[in-house]
Amino acid sequence: MAEQRRSPSRRRFLGYLVAAPTLAAGVTWVTSGDSAEAALPTLPQPADIFDLGDLQNLAASPTSGLITVQVNEDGTASFALHRCEVGQGITTTVAMMIAEELDLPVEKITVTLADARPELLMNQLTGGSNSVRSIYTPVRTAAAIARQRLAATAAARWNVPEDQVTTKDGAVHHNGQSLSYGDLARAAAADRTVYVSADLKTPAEFAVLGKPHNRIDALAAVTGRKEFGMDLKVPDALPCMVRRAPTINGTPRAVRNAAEVKAMPGITDVAVVTYGVAVRGQTFGQVIDGLRALDVDWNPGTVAGESDATVLSKLKKAQLPLAVPGLGSLSVDAEFTFAFASNAPLEPDNAIADVRSDRAEIWSTLKVPIDAREDIAAQLGLPLDKVIVHVVPGGGSFGRHLFHDVAAEAAEISQKMGKPVKLSWSRTDDFRQGRAHPMCTSRVRATYLLGNVLTYEQRHTSSETSFSHGLGEMITSHVAELPIAGNLSFAESIFLLSQSVPYNFGVVTQLLNEIPLKFNTGSMRNIYSPNVTTARELVVDMLAAKMRKDPVAMRREFLRDGRLRAVLDKAAEVGQWGKAMAKGKAQGIALHSEYRGAVATLVEIDCTPETVNRPIQDGVTGPRVTKATVVVDAGLPLNPRGIEAQMMGCLNDGIALALTSSLHMKDGIPLEGSWDNYFYTRQWNTPPEVQVVVMPPTSDTPSGMGELGVAPAFAAVACAYARATGTVPTSFPINHGTLSFEPLPLEPSTPQSPTNGLDTAF
Amino acid sequence: MPQHTFLLNGERVTVEVADDVRLLWVLRDLLGVTGPKYGCGLNVCKSCTSHINGKAFNPCAVPVSQIKPGDEITTIEGLPATVGRDLHPMQEAWLEEDVSQCGYCQPGQIMAAVALVRKVHAEGRTITDADLDTLRNICRCGTYPRIRKAIKNGEARMS
Repeated sequence: MAEQRRSPSRRRFLGYLVAAPTLAAGVTWVTSGDSAEAALPTLPQPADIFDLGDLQNLAASPTSGLITVQVNEDGTASFALHRCEVGQGITTTVAMMIAEELDLPVEKITVTLADARPELLMNQLTGGSNSVRSIYTPVRTAAAIARQRLAATAAARWNVPEDQVTTKDGAVHHNGQSLSYGDLARAAAADRTVYVSADLKTPAEFAVLGKPHNRIDALAAVTGRKEFGMDLKVPDALPCMVRRAPTINGTPRAVRNAAEVKAMPGITDVAVVTYGVAVRGQTFGQVIDGLRALDVDWNPGTVAGESDATVLSKLKKAQLPLAVPGLGSLSVDAEFTFAFASNAPLEPDNAIADVRSDRAEIWSTLKVPIDAREDIAAQLGLPLDKVIVHVVPGGGSFGRHLFHDVAAEAAEISQKMGKPVKLSWSRTDDFRQGRAHPMCTSRVRATYLLGNVLTYEQRHTSSETSFSHGLGEMITSHVAELPIAGNLSFAESIFLLSQSVPYNFGVVTQLLNEIPLKFNTGSMRNIYSPNVTTARELVVDMLAAKMRKDPVAMRREFLRDGRLRAVLDKAAEVGQWGKAMAKGKAQGIALHSEYRGAVATLVEIDCTPETVNRPIQDGVTGPRVTKATVVVDAGLPLNPRGIEAQMMGCLNDGIALALTSSLHMKDGIPLEGSWDNYFYTRQWNTPPEVQVVVMPPTSDTPSGMGELGVAPAFAAVACAYARATGTVPTSFPINHGTLSFEPLPLEPSTPQSPTNGLDTAF
Repeated sequence: MPQHTFLLNGERVTVEVADDVRLLWVLRDLLGVTGPKYGCGLNVCKSCTSHINGKAFNPCAVPVSQIKPGDEITTIEGLPATVGRDLHPMQEAWLEEDVSQCGYCQPGQIMAAVALVRKVHAEGRTITDADLDTLRNICRCGTYPRIRKAIKNGEARMS
């Protein structure tokens, strides 16, 4: 890249050269992210002008300056990312950003995860699909400063003007001579920290960003070398699990045989902790034997009397009233119920803790590590600077790792046993005691007259969602800057900052009310949107039917957003909307915009009896989505390959939420205990044909991609099901009414593994 | 304490542990072989899928005492050596299709895929969508479309 970097379209950004042994460039200043979009023709809802990601960008502004790109003597560059990698591909996208501005191949860039850094305040939170949006400018700025410094150092050595050297493939070039970054890394280092500026490339100049790139951790993943929490080798951190209560958050009252269990083969320690009895031993297998042998009396948990039916009845009583009277045949009234859903990843929650009398060290997958560090230090009675918290890449998250429940429990156990522990929750623990997306209802009334939709009201009522993980703090400290009025709860604020109706439906109101039941809840991928959007898109189809319009034509006519209209048209074209379908089969289409991105999902579903009733041992079948087309407008797509992957994942999440996956709450605990109970999409339910289309750039800033596709996938499947069966589903997932498995026992809380594994070898 | 001897990724290993401890924990907790993952311990999620004498199985559901001295256990770490290469063709296909997201299930997915292709080829057939539908390995990231593509890609590379 030549040094002619001052074109009028380029913008200049400020940062540091940081005093260090080899070249290090950091950032002190960041734009406040993407700006508000142009004025909209109808009154915008809060999320249209300022969404959750903007809030996070605002929170990130004052502290982003503390992140640095380091150039090493071996010619590589390294960056400790203040975000968590849980499969979304953030480390790859960040490596691409650095590669772009540093003119260094992606393969030569190492991205690790930073330990908890309290000085970053709220800018170490991975959530809300905001990482790329908030990091995009600061990381590129740091890399651009480093590249500029390397160029200047080489130019000085050759005694030529800076604007006559170029940088390419990790070296500086001039008239046939070249110096590698590795050779320059030490000479380019600053001996004192100074303030400098650099220009960033415009998207038109990008050579790396915008092109598909495979993941930087793919080789480690396919060879088994990628290390997750339980793969780490921390001295003396032996396997540990916890015997738990038969109700959520139940606590131990009495343990009758701790000494006997401690004497069992392989067992080293037994300790009573807040939510159960911890057992530590040589192997997890022996630990499971130990916890199963414990004889424990339990106090009831926080929701001991609650089941699906009691929660639903409380939700119905808490629904906020609709303001507009129904207009009889000129209105659509609908109410939808969404069951509890688990955000458990495949990797069970785990943490390693080594707590000593004067210090502690923790390893865990944490999306808000600063919050974890502060809480754990307080819990252990240690000064904050004596607690080190390492962030470990996670085997999925889906919201689960916003909370540090397992890290705090590992710390408690290690302190009580006085030894390091490698704590894993069991699979049953993860489903039964882990965080869940709460049950909710969505009531919608829409009125129409003479071809116009006059009103659209949505009243969303949910069992409480916990946001006590840093996002709440972010809202409190920026409350004056948000475009929403009044003294709203965290949950109401997040609802209003994330939800909007993309159609010109006259007077639109969407409100949330919550009931304060103490289930273990938290954000699950795309938070409220999968439910709110599914209710809305089903009502759009119902309006279309009443107004005698085709579902795609109806959406086109009422959309108030050009980007959504473009993805709708593309999806209809690529997915062949309107093609002839056999009886019992149908297409469904749905739209969603959030995180400054837009998606249209078109699916084909097969609800014929031969498909619905196809037998799968220990699995549910039901209707099958046979084909899916997902069209996404990512604003400025940075890594189309990664975006496609996120859309595929979101699609399978949406299919599961619509058709098969839920928790059945009974007497204070979910019945689900394994992946053959909690029916996340499996190979026999995933569509054999999937096509993802990433639209050309529509913006000069990237949009959030990690969650965006869940809501439209769920909604499209629901709409397709309604069209294939002629019945609009009102309760999700559609199979929730039938318990399709024999629940595992509640006590002991973790089953021992089977012994017949050789019988199923193939 | 009973001793157990078997072949692991081409090497003879001996461990001292109670008979009923499942092989998964012997591999992970005692031998430090962490490619096979714990996802459920119930022979359901299949993230620990490995090979015994070339067949896919789940070590979480096999007591170590059932493994005979002549049995050859192959985990993801030992898969490339079975074809004398740095990477097995199925792993190459996985990289080409950029299948992994979080990566936790992928060692098990690859081990299951290799066994499925071998089984189908032994029947004189090629992989069909119906064959792919029989795979039980969970991918909670939902990478299934790319897994399906990669298995067909890997099948071509294996033949």
